[in-house]
Amino acid sequence: MRKVHKFTCIGCPSSCEIKLFENDGQKIEVVGAGCKIGKEYAIKEFTAPERILTSTVRVENGVLPVLPVKSEKPIPKKLIRESVQALAKVKVRAPIKQGSIVYENMLNTGVNVIASRNLEARDLER
Amino acid sequence: MNVDTLVIGGGPAGLAAALSANKNGVKNVLLIERGSELGGILPQCIHDGFGTVIFKERLTGPEYAERYIQEIKKTGINVKLETMVLEIDRNKRVIAVNPTDGLLDIQAKTLILAMGCRERTRQQILIPGDRPAGIFTAGVAQRYINIEGIMLGKKIVILGSGDVGLIMARRFILEGAEVEGVYEIMPVPGGLTRNLVQCLQDYEIPLHLSHTIVNIKGKNRVEGVAVAQVDSDMRPIGGTERFVPCDTVIVSVGLIPENELSEMVPLKLDSMTGGPIVDETMETSTAGIYAAGNVVHVHDLVDDVSTEGEIAGKAAARFGELKERENPIKVEAGENVRYVVPQIIRKKSFEQNVKLSFRVKEVQRNTSVKVFAGGENIYSMKERVVRPPEMLSVSLPSSVLEKTQVVKVVVEKDNEKSS
Repeated sequence: MRKVHKFTCIGCPSSCEIKLFENDGQKIEVVGAGCKIGKEYAIKEFTAPERILTSTVRVENGVLPVLPVKSEKPIPKKLIRESVQALAKVKVRAPIKQGSIVYENMLNTGVNVIASRNLEARDLER
Repeated sequence: MNVDTLVIGGGPAGLAAALSANKNGVKNVLLIERGSELGGILPQCIHDGFGTVIFKERLTGPEYAERYIQEIKKTGINVKLETMVLEIDRNKRVIAVNPTDGLLDIQAKTLILAMGCRERTRQQILIPGDRPAGIFTAGVAQRYINIEGIMLGKKIVILGSGDVGLIMARRFILEGAEVEGVYEIMPVPGGLTRNLVQCLQDYEIPLHLSHTIVNIKGKNRVEGVAVAQVDSDMRPIGGTERFVPCDTVIVSVGLIPENELSEMVPLKLDSMTGGPIVDETMETSTAGIYAAGNVVHVHDLVDDVSTEGEIAGKAAARFGELKERENPIKVEAGENVRYVVPQIIRKKSFEQNVKLSFRVKEVQRNTSVKVFAGGENIYSMKERVVRPPEMLSVSLPSSVLEKTQVVKVVVEKDNEKSS
């Protein structure tokens, strides 16, 4: 059966409205994408939608009580909520360097969650 | 103290402006910031999507800020945090105060204003009802959750579909709250389409267009809101009222450039943007005082804020260089254009290209953006769809613009069939 799927690209503010034509579960054509990012986005949304995960984790001894974190790469959209729940149990100790790994291999995706910023310690370590 | 260039505000515009002034040869640059760290609003914007234009990457807010902060550290730029400006005048003398230096008396050769913007509040839109705890602007909620680590409520109603409100809708869901819906008084969404997709659609949060909150109920804490549909004049329609129980109301109803200091100078302001009138180098109505970023007009992309900061910093470094001060070219907003920045273009400018940034008044499909110099159409570009929340821009060589006294930007419906 032939179906049309509509996607709004989130790659940039142009927000291209893209149509993906499907025939029996197979992609047959992508129209409306202003660039390569849009075409790839539509195909990805059709096959296996992904998002970058961003959240915060608790911090001990930091100048701030929470640390913003993100997944190094996009992860399956359907795993975002469960991932955030996993991060709710994490506590890290300041000082923290931007890019350092906060959570390894999130839900077996092979993707690490890393610190989005540097965070200094509240007082000097004894 | 004496400085060459003083930058007021350490957000994305100020960071880029200070760096650019330094790179373009200003020796003594001082950057002052009211908050306790650099980055402005960026540290609390933990979601990704920043930097797609400048860095060709989807960075989070803290990462984007960090790129500039690290650059600043490599230079001799002097940074003063927790520093608040009390007074400013047209001779570029600034009185500021902070806990370490006490009172600071700063004489600058050039000034760059980068104070950003602030949120409109419940009081500014006059929602009737009780005044219980549990009503926050979206940016305040963002700060509580992402910086202070404090959750604000369990059942949330969001008023206004501005970008920060949409982003907070998703954030509340991920932090375990329930978001009953987003209510937008206008018939069209206020935020970027990509945020409607990845914040609302992804989490199945309903968006109620042409709806508003008509009453807030609650003794100590918010207990619920009355919502109603509005007509084309934005008046509530009788009989459409519905009570929604909730414990938290998030208000995301727009941003206002923060220009108390600009008024103190005083600088000429544009009533449409709420910010100072600037020329193609971001110079304001007072020579040697520049402005950049959300203090000039509210942007939707931080990349554009940084770019404006860069232009202002470079211009401060070239202060005094020849450009014709008399008889600037006027830039006008024509059909379906709300405003254009810059508002004036100076002749014989050292800027070889002028970027005109503008917003449309209404959503329009199959249109053309056209620029007229005098009566002559000097630029035309087809756009499939234009929307008020999405800023548009056109870059044109100043040599082309200089031919006339008036440049006009219009967005008009194509007569021919769309291709």
